Amino acid sequence: MKVAILLYPGTWSERDFAHAFTLLDIEHEIVWHADADLHGFDAAIVPGGFSYGDHLRAGAIAKLSPATRELQRAAAEGMPILGSCNGFQILCEAGLLPGALVRNTHLEFRCDWVHMRVESDATPFTRGLGGELLRMPIAHGEGCWVADDETLARVESAGQVALRYVDERGAATLEANPNGSTANIAGLRNEAGNVLGLMPHPERCIEDLLGGTDGRRMLELLREPVSV
Amino acid sequence: MPDFTATIHVRPKGEVRDPQGEAVAGALRALGFEVADVRTGKEIVVRFSAADEAAAREAARTMGDQLLANPVIEDYTIELGAPASA
Repeated sequence: MKVAILLYPGTWSERDFAHAFTLLDIEHEIVWHADADLHGFDAAIVPGGFSYGDHLRAGAIAKLSPATRELQRAAAEGMPILGSCNGFQILCEAGLLPGALVRNTHLEFRCDWVHMRVESDATPFTRGLGGELLRMPIAHGEGCWVADDETLARVESAGQVALRYVDERGAATLEANPNGSTANIAGLRNEAGNVLGLMPHPERCIEDLLGGTDGRRMLELLREPVSV
Repeated sequence: MPDFTATIHVRPKGEVRDPQGEAVAGALRALGFEVADVRTGKEIVVRFSAADEAAAREAARTMGDQLLANPVIEDYTIELGAPASA
């Protein structure tokens, strides 16, 4: 298993992912977006940050990168692809995931810990975790997922909602939703299941020192290659 | 080729919440205005060359579709200025 960690101008979480994969003993390489060639890799990470300064819209300029075409090709071939935070925004802008991420409804940048329930285990990053509660950090100002009613109904019925914000007891309440996201959606997968986007940061909770280890439960699943 | 100026107005679709607009509405009410609703958006002014007005409009449309607006959440309109060096 060799993981590509994409780096755009303004990405800030690539080293956190590299650190996580080092701890997990998973081979990885940080790959500059403009030279992205995912041949020879078994999985790809689109990390968080502020690619291109979030100018115009979060992820809007990054989607024009050559890396997008590479991600589309690899996604179609079933490669596990994880986008976190700005990576989730890029995957939505690039059309690899449905809907869009907009300003948090309360307009605040939210830096906090959240709980999520794993709603779909049909992804390489949530296998065997169905129904589990995960606690992870968030740090974003534009994490409110929106889509038209038809898209929302489609992703719900197809089981594409992979992660939902819940409280500590597992209830998807208004209070548990940190950004106003539609239906408390924290993470979405594509139809095939190999592409997952989420606003929280699994790479930032992989050792006790960081206040939590639930991110490890997702990232360590990459140790065993899977075909979806 | 003549120069054109395209002013592209981007705004959130009607059904998409505009929290920035809501905050501005609250602030305007605090100033004493009886404001019913505020919607915010962006104005993007692009100066470029094109063969003629039809080509300029086509180019501005493509800019809007491919980058300047996200059709999932935003609508946009184009105002095309007359060529500067006609």
